[in-house]
Amino acid sequence: MKILVPVKRAIDYNVKVRVKPDNSAVDLTNAKMAINPFCEIAVEEAVRLKEKGTASEVVVVSIGEKACQEQIRTALALGADRGLHIETSDSLDSLQVAKLLQKVVEEEAPQLVILGKQSIDSDNNQTGQMLAALTGMPQGTFASEVQVEEGSVAVTREIDGGLQTVKLSLPAVVTTDLRLNEPRYASLPNIMKAKRKPLDVKAAADYGVDLTSKVKTLKVEAPAQRQGGVKVADVAELVEKLKTEAKVI
Amino acid sequence: MAVLIYAEHDNQHLKPDTHKLVTAASQMGDELHVLVAGEGVDAIAKQAATIAGVSKVIVADNAAYAHQLAEPVSALVADLGKDYSHVLAAATTTGKNFMPRVAAMLDVAQISDIIRVDSADTFVRPIYAGNAIATVQSEDAIKVLTVRSAAFDAAAEGNSASIENSDVVKAMDISGFVGEELTESERPELTAADVIISGGRGMQNGENFALLEGIADKLGAAIGASRAAVDAGFVPNDMQVGQTGKIVAPQLYIAVGISGAIQHLAGMKDSKIIVAINKDEEAPIFQVADYGLVGDLFDILPQLEAAL
Ligand SMILES: Cc1cc2nc3c(=O)[nH]c(=O)nc-3n(C[C@H](O)[C@H](O)[C@H](O)COP(=O)(O)OP(=O)(O)OC[C@H]3O[C@@H](n4cnc5c(N)ncnc54)[C@H](O)[C@@H]3O)c2cc1C
Repeated sequence: MKILVPVKRAIDYNVKVRVKPDNSAVDLTNAKMAINPFCEIAVEEAVRLKEKGTASEVVVVSIGEKACQEQIRTALALGADRGLHIETSDSLDSLQVAKLLQKVVEEEAPQLVILGKQSIDSDNNQTGQMLAALTGMPQGTFASEVQVEEGSVAVTREIDGGLQTVKLSLPAVVTTDLRLNEPRYASLPNIMKAKRKPLDVKAAADYGVDLTSKVKTLKVEAPAQRQGGVKVADVAELVEKLKTEAKVI
Repeated sequence: MAVLIYAEHDNQHLKPDTHKLVTAASQMGDELHVLVAGEGVDAIAKQAATIAGVSKVIVADNAAYAHQLAEPVSALVADLGKDYSHVLAAATTTGKNFMPRVAAMLDVAQISDIIRVDSADTFVRPIYAGNAIATVQSEDAIKVLTVRSAAFDAAAEGNSASIENSDVVKAMDISGFVGEELTESERPELTAADVIISGGRGMQNGENFALLEGIADKLGAAIGASRAAVDAGFVPNDMQVGQTGKIVAPQLYIAVGISGAIQHLAGMKDSKIIVAINKDEEAPIFQVADYGLVGDLFDILPQLEAAL
């Protein structure tokens, strides 16, 4: 069984982001970039399925500028077998990304596509679901457990009220939540080995997908800053303030 | 053109998110239709019809929608949605699950998690875990949106909109419901509570969350948690507040033994009053807290319960 794992290059989750002074976008100059944490969990899950003998091949794809190849190499160092970079300098919406991935699914015919549930930059939480709709696949989103069976996969999903388990026929799309697994660290020998694993590069324009977005970003602003308040000396003062000053209890 | 609103419910109760969606929708158009999809949802449809501003409730009552699985529900909503200018769902795990499929089927973008409506085509939404706020404009013929309900007031009740049955049935065999483990609680839901008390890694274990319960009882509060507390197995996942958990904005949020990582703040920094209890006076949570109390939570919590 082949698994396809789309990954996104995103700002490192420890970086405190700043908005550009002209309010056009977030300032990414010199910001540390990394594989989006949810995508890393997706890679880990696919690699574990390979190690268990369930999967035979793990293919990683990333769409974006040339620098995405760093994140593909990271995924290869974690244990993926080969990479595909779809190069574009456009900033794409989830819908365009999903349409490009649809073409990749048609070419690669994976049984399972595992993606992160959201990227920590745009926080959209859309691509996996859109890909599933475009390819007619069922989906198991926000997965905290994935059990591959004969011809199907059972996915336990983190939902607002607790947990829900669904059974999907293969091929299927799964999107990862944080508790699905804890990704390993790539060892130095595996990082060296990853450099020799195959990585194909294709131009996004060659896929015949309309890459123009119908959504324009008018401005990006810093959120209203919350002012830190006061420190209270003890519980009595806290309760007093909550009652008479804040009037919330 | 009209706005289609997907009612948030659990087959038993209409959730207050729906009333908030109606408020958001009323800023986009004036013909507001609410779709109730599920099984045995008569009472829910009747309640939806009482929300002020709603002109029609459409009911899709069928076993195919019983668990609101993404595949049949998205097919239904895309089918009905093509006749609307806007299609809205709450940014809950239900809405987040099926709505992007609707957008893809309608070949339009989705705008996720809006917190403000500037006009019928311009919306405001947080990005980067709320560390930046984007204003976006959509040229798509149909705007597919998920709405952060905490950012909108609930529409009042006191209406009797017409109720209409839809016979669109989209049964699918590619996905099926196996089971659910829902957390039973007498407490208010996190996203609807006026007061929330949350525990973090500082609580040390699940048993110690009992220290929060006495206080929650006295305040009528919901109990939340940080990701670290959930990951460590102290409490179930549905209690997580944050970028990837629930987004809350209560009148009072009490953070206990929580350091204040940006991903946690993303879920609670719009609370009216924030209280932080932490033994580390340098903890970043104090930078957003209206009232900070430095000290050992195991001393402070029993005192707080006694003082209330
Ligand atoms: C992609 C991504 C998404 C994430 N999403 C979320 C999310 O949705 N929600 C979330 O919460 N986190 C999220 N996180 C995790 C986040 O980065 C932090 O790791 C997490 O919030 C830390 O939880 P904590 O504050 O409980 O633990 P810690 O950071 O370990 O803080 C524990 C605090 O307890 C205090 N303490 C310890 N003992 C006592 C005591 N006896 N008395 C008083 N105080 C005490 C300590 O001083 C410390 O400040 C996410 C991370 C990533 C990478």
